[in-house]
Amino acid sequence: MPPPDTPVVPSPTPTPALRLDAGRLPHLLAVLTADGRELIGPVVSGGAIVYGPITGADDLPKGLVDDQAPGRYRLVAGESGTYFDHVATANSWKTFLFPPEQKICDIAHADGALTVTAPPVDAPARAFIGVRACDLRAMGILGKVFDNGDFADPAYAARRRNALIVAVNCGRAGGTCFCTSMGTGPKADGGYDLALTEVPAGGDGAPAYFTLVAGSDAGRRILDRLDLNRATAAEVETAAARVAACADSMGREMIADAAEMLGDNLDSPHWQTVAERCLNCANCTMACPTCFCSTVEDVTDLTGDNAERWRKWDSCFTLDHSYMHGGSLRRSGAARYRQWITHKLAHWHDQFGTSGCTGCGRCITWCPVGIDITEEARAVRDRAAGT
Amino acid sequence: MTRAKRKPARPKLAVWKFSSCDGCQLSLLDCEDELLEVAEAVEIAYFLEATRAEVKGPYDISLVEGSISTPHDAERIHKVRRQSRVLITIGACATAGGIQALRNFADVEEFIRAVYAEPKFISTLGRSTPISHHVPVDFELYGCPIDKYQLLEVINAHLNVRKPVIPNHSQCIDCKRAGTVCVMVGQGIACMGPVTQAGCGNLCPSRGRGCYACFGPKETPNTASLAKWFQNELGDDHRTVRDRFRGVSAFSESFRKESEAHD
Ligand code: SF4
Ligand code: SF4
Ligand code: SF4
Ligand code: SF4
Repeated sequence: MPPPDTPVVPSPTPTPALRLDAGRLPHLLAVLTADGRELIGPVVSGGAIVYGPITGADDLPKGLVDDQAPGRYRLVAGESGTYFDHVATANSWKTFLFPPEQKICDIAHADGALTVTAPPVDAPARAFIGVRACDLRAMGILGKVFDNGDFADPAYAARRRNALIVAVNCGRAGGTCFCTSMGTGPKADGGYDLALTEVPAGGDGAPAYFTLVAGSDAGRRILDRLDLNRATAAEVETAAARVAACADSMGREMIADAAEMLGDNLDSPHWQTVAERCLNCANCTMACPTCFCSTVEDVTDLTGDNAERWRKWDSCFTLDHSYMHGGSLRRSGAARYRQWITHKLAHWHDQFGTSGCTGCGRCITWCPVGIDITEEARAVRDRAAGT
Repeated sequence: MTRAKRKPARPKLAVWKFSSCDGCQLSLLDCEDELLEVAEAVEIAYFLEATRAEVKGPYDISLVEGSISTPHDAERIHKVRRQSRVLITIGACATAGGIQALRNFADVEEFIRAVYAEPKFISTLGRSTPISHHVPVDFELYGCPIDKYQLLEVINAHLNVRKPVIPNHSQCIDCKRAGTVCVMVGQGIACMGPVTQAGCGNLCPSRGRGCYACFGPKETPNTASLAKWFQNELGDDHRTVRDRFRGVSAFSESFRKESEAHD
């Protein structure tokens, strides 16, 4: 019996909600910049919304939403002219907290001795703009992996510590989202410094606004510099209703008993069925905000006297990932898909006291052949039940 | 009695050309900045593209470019192998038969009659085949052309007696690490990346184009699933799918089988 799950993110008591006119969003961003922070937020790149450096509100994908389905993503004009009605981005915050390629050290060989030099930790002060509930949970999960006392990665911990989190509660569910069934969203329940809820302009000419709360002292200090009024009860209610409607409209869900069920079905014939479709291309693991695997590569110069050691994102879909003396353990596509889904949904609980999945849907959207983790879990269960 | 300590001889490197366009050998010359260093680390003993001077074999490292497509090639590769301690194939021709292996799917006599005024002077084999079909190969470097950094890495690794850092994983991993948004998912552009080995430095997807599979099949490619997606979701007909798999690595086993399934 695995130990019970432990909390992933602290639940703060948020401050009472303030009202920020949508037209004053640039002001909030300016205050964060004046705080000495580099802003990272949603921007359009390569036909999708990704998280990247922004300089102000003009860089945000205002009015655009993402049409997401298994193996398919398109940007389209939204109905409400909002800043944040898109959902999970193509990349995730993992890119900034755990960069895809990091140099670990230089090693020089001279006069029979080795000198190892680690580069300085690169952990700039940043503000992450538009962090969703699922991605907040993902940061909490990565925190258990990388910032856990015994096996801490100091670079990860420093980057996370130096990032101020401006969360956004989702007002629209994406086509591949399933956070509601994972209990992770669409409302941010902790782990943020500030949290926004966007309310679009009303048909009656009422202007668009945000409700804004702080969940930490750092967040409160920012609020103090904004000079905002309390939101009215009606405004708070309208904002909350939008998030509730988002939860209700979520079209996808994870089966309830995935962890135990998968553990009981390691010999399911379904692994072979999904392997016929799975390209073992690793897109799912790269896109996933919690997948943390990396490989270490050593390169030398021609003399062999100078080496560099690099750490790069890796995936359980490669043969090298399970390479041991004598060969790879998980040679078949079936074994590799099973490793991925059982780690995410089952064994992660034993290892880290939480699911490894937040329901963000990225692995579903960005799988080139549209393999859906919720469908595959359901299919394993249904086959075991003989239905 | 004491003897003067001599510097160990530099390893001898030879570069051989078979049926190919010379592009891969040029990648070595293209290593401008690094070439001097390479020339210091190894003795470039045979490299007609760079110098006429020839140093007699045997050679420590032979880089072989090109496929076997003539009776003369088929004989000569055995001589090269006999003179080489380590034999590394460079490029799609040497590793998979190259674009000239398209003849393997057709009647070469017909091509000869159609192309040459005097067919009787043409002496060629019915098929263009990779070096590994003829002699044992120690390392195969993919690419059309190869990537110069990968070439340097392979030479470097052999000199330092370590495993070259040449991953066999998908191009998709390189797209994701580079932050390139997937062109297939994001724009519906057919992309061979999921079955192709990374190595080009993410050239096409980062410029909004699908991958053409220049670096050949990745480890354990699932060609059938990708082909099905091309057909069912991107609207490819059989002929188009066949042609996607029938490029510079057409005669690699997995791509050959997939293209033949759509003939
Ligand atoms: S497994 Fe898929 S849905 Fe779950 S967190 Fe990872 S990418 Fe998101
Ligand atoms: S699912 Fe695979 S890539 Fe992701 S953390 Fe687990 S083993 Fe690593
Ligand atoms: S599930 Fe999809 S994204 Fe993941 S390895 Fe398989 S084909 Fe690639
Ligand atoms: S663009 Fe091509 S290579 Fe890149 S992730 Fe997409 S399918 Fe893979």
